[in-house]
Amino acid sequence: MPSALDATTNAQLRRPNLPLITLPWLACALLGLAMLMLGRFLGSYQETLMQQVGIFAIAAVSLNIVNGLAGQFSMGHAGFMAVGAYVAAATTYYGSLLHFNTAELQPGLFNFGHVLMLIGLLAGALVAAALGYLVGLPSLRLRGDYLAIVTLGFGEIVRVLLQQTSPQVNGKDPAEIAAFTDAPLRTLARIPLNGALGFEGVPAYATNLWIWTFVGITCLAAYRIKESSSGRAFLSIREDEIAARAMGINLTKYKVRAFVLAAFFAGIAGGLLAHAGVTTSPIDAGFQRSFEIIIVVVLGGLGSISGAVLAAIVFVLLPQVLHPIKDYRLVIFALLLISMMLLRPKGLFGVREIWNILPRRAAHTKPGATP
Amino acid sequence: MRKALLALATLALIPCIAQAAAQPPAAPITIGHYGSLTGSEATFGQSTSNGIKLAIEQINAKGGINGQLILLKEYDTKGDAKEATLAVTRLVKSDKVVAVLGEVASKLSLAAAPVCQEAQVPMISPSSTNPRVTQAGDYIFRVCFIDPFQGLAGAKFATGTLKAMNAAVLIDQAQAYAVGLGEQFQLNYTKLGGKIVSTQTYSGGAQDFTAQLTAIRTAKPDIIYIPGYYTDVGNIAVQARKMGITAPLLGGDGWDSAELAKIAKDAIEGSYYTNHYAPDQPDAKVVQFIADYRKAFGNQTPDGLAALGYDAANILFAAIKNSKSLAGPDLRAAIAATKDFPGVTGNITLNKDRDAEKACVVVELAGDPPQPKYVTTVAPR
Repeated sequence: MPSALDATTNAQLRRPNLPLITLPWLACALLGLAMLMLGRFLGSYQETLMQQVGIFAIAAVSLNIVNGLAGQFSMGHAGFMAVGAYVAAATTYYGSLLHFNTAELQPGLFNFGHVLMLIGLLAGALVAAALGYLVGLPSLRLRGDYLAIVTLGFGEIVRVLLQQTSPQVNGKDPAEIAAFTDAPLRTLARIPLNGALGFEGVPAYATNLWIWTFVGITCLAAYRIKESSSGRAFLSIREDEIAARAMGINLTKYKVRAFVLAAFFAGIAGGLLAHAGVTTSPIDAGFQRSFEIIIVVVLGGLGSISGAVLAAIVFVLLPQVLHPIKDYRLVIFALLLISMMLLRPKGLFGVREIWNILPRRAAHTKPGATP
Repeated sequence: MRKALLALATLALIPCIAQAAAQPPAAPITIGHYGSLTGSEATFGQSTSNGIKLAIEQINAKGGINGQLILLKEYDTKGDAKEATLAVTRLVKSDKVVAVLGEVASKLSLAAAPVCQEAQVPMISPSSTNPRVTQAGDYIFRVCFIDPFQGLAGAKFATGTLKAMNAAVLIDQAQAYAVGLGEQFQLNYTKLGGKIVSTQTYSGGAQDFTAQLTAIRTAKPDIIYIPGYYTDVGNIAVQARKMGITAPLLGGDGWDSAELAKIAKDAIEGSYYTNHYAPDQPDAKVVQFIADYRKAFGNQTPDGLAALGYDAANILFAAIKNSKSLAGPDLRAAIAATKDFPGVTGNITLNKDRDAEKACVVVELAGDPPQPKYVTTVAPR
């Protein structure tokens, strides 16, 4: 009976063959298609739910890069998401006001509004990645609890700064729009992000199609990172920094790389959230949101991408299913988490992926089969 | 084993059949409510829910509206904007409710209003006071006054009745409600000749207010205006009294919870807040409502949010009765036509901005343990 560690290293050392590369792609494409169909046939509540599942999955998979693979305990992930959300929201909102003279949703499958959203997503992701670089730097000297405190502080700083911003241009008031389009730069200079009220009225361009495309891209990128030399460097840093250094791994480079990559995709998740018909508020940058994402990553298994996606689905859907039991639903949710941690301390899948586990299980149940 | 299961399943079916047989012939009208039944503002959602349930109980006891009973679908928001959006989408799209009641917190109403507006389902917020809520569209209504008026009422009471001309303001900068109300108070207070001697901010959920209170103590105000929610206000009151600040505190309807007196105990005694109604108001409607509510919910005294939930539900029922059909546009028009509705929280007329025009009540927390006592009424305009 090989130990779990042996199995893990075996799985990682195996060269990714063709089915292994296509599997996550295929799985995501199928899932996305299913979501689209569900959205079309089951009505809008399910569609909204699927949007939130997708966005949460991106957030969890991205946090998994830094928390799961590289083992750097970051508690400011929601901060990166909020930065991405605000940059993307402001780009689309003010871009729409300038271009369409209104912030209403423009009809059609693809128009300039979608272009604005994509620009906003990219801009948000890049700004978040730049901040990820800044936060990644102290992680060279800090470990464990100390790094957690620094990243926690980052999220709180973002939250408090966002609360200080000035009111946004009212997209329903023609006079305000006119004043804005006359002197856009002067208006933008006072950072009109609507303070504690939260940035609202962003046209909801992020349909399930867009969101699940990005889920696919994120999962593929995360998977390729995990199976690349960077991914192995991350894992070795996670297991033992001194040993990793002894093997010639540049700790600085890889830790910062993990932070930047994670922040980039977190920025995309935030940007999509802002475009999914949800008001973005400063609270979304706070530690409670960060904890939610951490819970999902731990549930799914630190380092497992498919585990993170699956846990995100459970995390979003479970409270909705538990609505009938009213006040107790959050208690039951917490109980499930605790029992999960007691029964499977490594999360659903540990560091492995779902397709590494299922065939193995099948092999075990067959008598006489070689493991 | 299988047989036993089958037998059990059959047994389980019996009550379902019995229920189906007992139902009246007309299909019930489903209305929705979303509120923070859990979380840090849980008493808001629970009180509102109780008020709505009482109204439904009463109308169903009278045989419903035109022979149709009212059915309530209710979802918890945990005080979270994302949950609010989901809850309202579920009510509107999956449960196909004819109208939605909620939310208390302005931020959550703002998050959910676009969903109702887009689906053309009327939404009545019982107690979101931020002016922007009803600007979301012509399907969004409210049965409470708005912050500019509440701020004015607070300022009028401070300068007129209390003759307090120096005020300190302590604002929860994380809450849209507190920021908006605080601004309106400062604006009106200075207009009425008062002077703001200190403006301090805190973040909701904070535990230590020593720094802000030290600055306020140095400024020697006659009154301290705190437009926050009850949990924080309770902590602030305790710490202020410990630091020797004796100036009375003044606040808004965010104070309206029995929890406040439980947290602050005698520290909150002698403080005032502006509210939608007072339980000891000399009014036959209020007396009747309190008696009914106490009977239904185990001798609890209803707070303002329960009263507003009750009024919102009753305004909706009146509109359903007067509406040509249960379709969104017809129901919307019927709600918009509400005029001089005799509610527990005063006579309610919905103006062209879909806001309620009505009086504001000032309440003092007096006695041991502190209980809300009616002081005065500030009329609109």
